[in-house]
Amino acid sequence: MPLLEAEHVTHRFGGLTAVADFNLRLESGELIGIIGPNGAGKTTLFNLITGVYRASEGSIRLNDRELVGRPPNRIAALGVSRTFQNIRLFKELTVLDNVRVARYGAVRYGPLQALTHAGGFSTEEDRIARDSLDLLGMFKLADYAAERAANLPYGLQRRLEIARALATNPKILLLDEPAAGMNHQEIEGLIELILWARDVFKLTIALIEHQMQLVMGICERIVVLDFGVTIAAGRPKEIQNDPKVLEAYLGEKVEV
Amino acid sequence: MKLNVRDLLVERRVWLTALLLAGFVACVAVQAFGLCNLYVQLILMYVGINIILTVSLNLINGYMGEFSVGHAGFMAIGAYVSALLTVRGFPAAHSAWFFPVAVIAGGLGAALVGMLVAIPSFRTRGDYLAIVTLAFNMIVKSVIENVEAVGGPRGFMGMEKLTTLPWVYVWTVLSVWIIRNFIYSRYGRGVLAIREDETAAELMGVDTRQVKLLAFVISSFFAGVAGGLFAHLLQFINPRSFDLLKSTDILIMVYLGGVGSIAGSILGATSYTVLLEVLRPMGVWRMALMPLVLVVLMIFRPRGIMGLREFRWFVPVRDFFSGALPAPKKEVADAAP
Amino acid sequence: MAYFLQQALNALQLGSIYALIALGYTMVYGILTMINFAHGDLFMVGAFLCFIAATTLGLPFVPALLIAIAGVAVLGVVIERLAYKPLRSAPRVSAIITALGVGLFLENFTLGLSPYPKHIPPLLSSTTWTVSGVSVSSLQILIILVSVGLMVLLDVFVGKTMTGMAMRAIAWDRTLVPLMGVPVDRIISITFAIGAGLAGAAGTLYGLAYPVIDPYMGIMVGWKAFICAVVGGIGSIRGAMIGGYILGSVEILVAAFCPSTYRDFVAFALLLVLLIFRPYGILGKPQAQKV
Repeated sequence: MPLLEAEHVTHRFGGLTAVADFNLRLESGELIGIIGPNGAGKTTLFNLITGVYRASEGSIRLNDRELVGRPPNRIAALGVSRTFQNIRLFKELTVLDNVRVARYGAVRYGPLQALTHAGGFSTEEDRIARDSLDLLGMFKLADYAAERAANLPYGLQRRLEIARALATNPKILLLDEPAAGMNHQEIEGLIELILWARDVFKLTIALIEHQMQLVMGICERIVVLDFGVTIAAGRPKEIQNDPKVLEAYLGEKVEV
Repeated sequence: MKLNVRDLLVERRVWLTALLLAGFVACVAVQAFGLCNLYVQLILMYVGINIILTVSLNLINGYMGEFSVGHAGFMAIGAYVSALLTVRGFPAAHSAWFFPVAVIAGGLGAALVGMLVAIPSFRTRGDYLAIVTLAFNMIVKSVIENVEAVGGPRGFMGMEKLTTLPWVYVWTVLSVWIIRNFIYSRYGRGVLAIREDETAAELMGVDTRQVKLLAFVISSFFAGVAGGLFAHLLQFINPRSFDLLKSTDILIMVYLGGVGSIAGSILGATSYTVLLEVLRPMGVWRMALMPLVLVVLMIFRPRGIMGLREFRWFVPVRDFFSGALPAPKKEVADAAP
Repeated sequence: MAYFLQQALNALQLGSIYALIALGYTMVYGILTMINFAHGDLFMVGAFLCFIAATTLGLPFVPALLIAIAGVAVLGVVIERLAYKPLRSAPRVSAIITALGVGLFLENFTLGLSPYPKHIPPLLSSTTWTVSGVSVSSLQILIILVSVGLMVLLDVFVGKTMTGMAMRAIAWDRTLVPLMGVPVDRIISITFAIGAGLAGAAGTLYGLAYPVIDPYMGIMVGWKAFICAVVGGIGSIRGAMIGGYILGSVEILVAAFCPSTYRDFVAFALLLVLLIFRPYGILGKPQAQKV
């Protein structure tokens, strides 16, 4: 059974069809890329999977559980997490708190203990703090734990966003343009990070990206969207030479 | 380094408890032996009530970043519910014993309504929530005015002066303690995350509905408590005591002291109440001077007296980063490439 | 039928005044994303300026109206420069609290100067005609005509002049527009002046219809006008006009069927219901949120 299955997913904003008849089967452990010109519907797709929008038509299932119609925090609890095109960290909160917020679902006390700080509250909070610090440590961010997230340099903010996304213990990680603004060397580092994270956290990863160095470098499979329509899908080598893809990006028929 | 943390904790807890107890004893002494004149005692009680109102509103407006402008409505519910209970519900002879029950009932009544007000907050934010809370304040006032059984626009009286300095002290400490606990818990982190970026918070697993509901319930509960204390201090309440002007007063205390800071709320409430009293000889002109002072303060310190900073002893050791955090496990540290 | 027309006339009168005030809220919000909670008190100052013009200066209606408009317009600009401008880059709530403070100051300063309510002498001889069972007063007609006239002027100004275009541009994007050579500060001051002037006009007209004025009269009216602006879609000028007439109609309707103490309550409740179905107001546009 595939881990994530999208069937005939269509989404309309008023008269505009952002995503048209999208189909996908993601097996556990896969690393796929979603590419396409700007406005092709890629981020909308992520928003549909994570529950920000409710798909106009179609079904999205995680381990055969229907996601469409569930609130985003329930979908996150089921195992889908993501990062954002424009970094959306909790800017005024500390680095540690950014991660701790994402552990909301993992906390094992209720309102009564929270209001009195009794009944196992301290033990649980210590556990959460320790887990979060460990996670930050794995991402080489532990030294910044007390720092305001907005004060971090751009590269570390991106890293923190990935660490935060992993704090929800996801099965699937959706990365939205993780390499934005990075140079060649930084992308190499990012490639290592993503592959390491996939192994250590046993993830299935889908990423949206424009930087072909990243996409062709690590994606096992690629899906190409244009104006909401899937125009091609397959292995990197096939996609690289697909005339439809070239036309979508370059705008004219190219003799291959 | 574990030892240092434990020592520090015990020390701080001991100090805090001792201080709080001393405060309680002081209040009892002041009230029993008349150590301060009645006027000063009255002011102190007003300060306490305003602290409860300010800290509870700060939870919604400061920490959660919403714009609730009808807080006096919850106060009104608490005042009327508790007053009705002591005047018409409980046997008069033992009303002093029933007082805490009445106050809690007032808080619960307000909290119940707080749940209703929380519902629109699930979908709207900002200016639209301001309208909802504004309308709520007006509706509460209008409803009270139309119920003859509680005196309508003429007001309700007959309450005994059950509010004493020790009681105000106890309730103030309780409200500050509970709200502070709430802030430094997963719900408090959820509240802050909602303020920063509600959509991202939801996507990271925060149950925003649950968090908002809890925040509104707690906030309105304590506003109701303050109302109950207020009713049994003044011994007379009418709908006009709880209108927009009152809500505006509370708003000012919140933003004066500093949003997102409990110490700020305490400071804001105290300085506002005391300043107003100090300026009383000016007559009606003090109400013209006070807002001027506020405007000047906002221009030079837009975030209020305390800004976003919190008083050290309110912050749990674990959140204070004074070297008290456990170091990450060596074998996993720096594992990422 | 006659009764209905009568009430419709009352609704138009009340709605016109609400609309004039609501316009000030919406214009300032559109250009600065700030709710000027002192605006209701500008309305009150307008009424008092009319009072001073009529009694101390003994002026007739038109000069009194002009003095009220000009006086409040100047006051609006002064407040903007002194209290709001320094807070343009501060968190929004600080500006709102400052506005509340300014409002409180205006109320209590006026209270200090005038501890008792004042009565505006009749500036216009009012004749009442009865047209097929409906009693129409010339005062009513005047209020409605002056208000509508001012609104039409505003609409033309905003839609057809360079300054109006600049106002709309700044409402769209405050950071980019100065780079194109638009004197933002001046445009903002003009916006405040116009909004305040309209509130001053509303105060005068209100004072004509209900001659007893007191320093706290702006509070309730101010909040109601704010709701009108939001119902119409805050930031939208035409929306504010529509919102004003809607609230006016709702109030008159409710007053016709319910005892007077229920009036505000039902009016607010109905507006809440409307906001539930159209959360951004009638002509408002949801802030598109890119995720």
